Amino acid sequence: MILLETKALTRTYGGVVAVSKVSFQAQEGLITGLIGPNGAGKTTLFNNMTGLDLPTAGKVYFKGKDITGHSAHKICRMGIARTFQNIRLFKELTVTENVMVGRHFKTGRNVNHGRTLTAVGSYLQMNREHQQVHAEAMRWLEFFGLEPFANELAKNLPYGHQRELEIARALATEPTLLFLDEPAAGMNPHETASLMATIRRIRDLGITVVLIEHDMKLVMNICDTISVLNYGENIANGTPSEIRGNPLVIEAYLGKEEE
Amino acid sequence: MGSMVEFFQHLMNGLTLGGIYALIALGYTMVYGILKFINFAHGDVLMVGSYIGLFVYNFIRGEVLGAWSILAFFLSMLVGMVFSALLGMTIEKVAYKPLRKATRLAPLLSAIGISFILSNLAAWFWGTKSRKLEYPFDNSPLYIGEVSITPHQILILAVVVVMMVSLKLFVDKTRIGKAMRATSLDQDTAKLMGIRVDRVISITFAIGSALAATAGILIALEIKVYPSMGTMTGLKAFVAAVVGGIGSISGAMVGGILLGLLETFGVALLGIPYGLRDTIAFVVLIIILLLKPEGILGKAEKEKV
Repeated sequence: MILLETKALTRTYGGVVAVSKVSFQAQEGLITGLIGPNGAGKTTLFNNMTGLDLPTAGKVYFKGKDITGHSAHKICRMGIARTFQNIRLFKELTVTENVMVGRHFKTGRNVNHGRTLTAVGSYLQMNREHQQVHAEAMRWLEFFGLEPFANELAKNLPYGHQRELEIARALATEPTLLFLDEPAAGMNPHETASLMATIRRIRDLGITVVLIEHDMKLVMNICDTISVLNYGENIANGTPSEIRGNPLVIEAYLGKEEE
Repeated sequence: MGSMVEFFQHLMNGLTLGGIYALIALGYTMVYGILKFINFAHGDVLMVGSYIGLFVYNFIRGEVLGAWSILAFFLSMLVGMVFSALLGMTIEKVAYKPLRKATRLAPLLSAIGISFILSNLAAWFWGTKSRKLEYPFDNSPLYIGEVSITPHQILILAVVVVMMVSLKLFVDKTRIGKAMRATSLDQDTAKLMGIRVDRVISITFAIGSALAATAGILIALEIKVYPSMGTMTGLKAFVAAVVGGIGSISGAMVGGILLGLLETFGVALLGIPYGLRDTIAFVVLIIILLLKPEGILGKAEKEKV
């Protein structure tokens, strides 16, 4: 089943066409890779699908519903989460607090008891809710093995752990679809290997993953299907082995051979 | 012994003045914390709130007598706060939100424009003559030892303490307060965490404007209400916010109190002529900008290249 798709999505900046009539699909339950040379329009496509940017033309559908132009917080609440190419943690908050922010919009609902009664009641309510959110955040930290760092400031974490924390925070919003923008960027081979295992575990939770990545070993190893962008255009789609042998893709990455 | 009495007297005067600055400074600092922009119409929102409070008070005061008039005063203050909150939110929607993606100078100029529009509209509607807000109580001073304190000062201190404590609790403990802090740290990421950033910004303007109206109505008892009352008061509260560390709520409180004390003691102890009192704030501003530009409680931000 198609969980998310774009139809002829186009984004231009003045005369520059960053994304041109791209029809991208993400199948439910699979890991989809989005690859292409630098400047191919991968992150722009991500921004247009997560509400951070508005497409010039074309549509985005999530679970069959048109979400084009929805604001980012609304799209998040529908079940789409993402991470960034350059890590964007709340640097001055602790590791636990970062994940707790991801639980924010899940709180304050279905909690009518005691809420309107008295100030004391609502104060206790807030504390109870706070503890619950804290416990849920800790569960995600355990998923990533980050609980030893729970009380560290996010900015003091080693780089690889910062990447994992950003994913943990995204997962805390309980998405059905997770976008990862270059999750392995700057990681050493050991960190990359553990990241690959983590991404598989995320898929096994039933979460659909779409990732942008330049590390071909990672992409070819864990993606079920791959879409390739070049100069804003979708030039190929297929399984890793199909993509590996596709002459258009080889040309995009290596250039055309002189005859 | 006489000098001790004098010291406490000035301390009391400085604290009340500083409390007022702090209340107004909170509006500047909260908006800056979230939008990185100085709302120069803040002082005029204070002025409008004061007028509304004055009208409501004069309207109901005739009906009530004696001890009840303090209740009437608080009711008027509440109406002024609500009106200012709505005004602040409207200004944000009309004059700042459309410019959020423009250059940083654009909303600043828009704010200065709104400031002129508000003070001129006030002069047009209500005249330029200053109006007196009558004390809702007998304001003859009480004595603690030899130190005199007026009921007006007690009122100011009480209101300021209540407002500051509630604001601190609100920002630290409630859902919306937490959403505010997340928004001030990183707006885009906050959005992706499902936080309704536009609503958070509206609420920030509402709270800041309501606090300004409170401060305006408190000082209106002493300095009267007139169309340009927000200009100098607003400017000095802005200085207080910068001195304390703009963007920091505790900083605005500290900066406000400090400025109030410096003004009072500057005139009383250093012998700065009363007419030059207003310059003290700006001299302090220059000194702070030279020595610790991020303010007392502000954090130095490293520009990343």
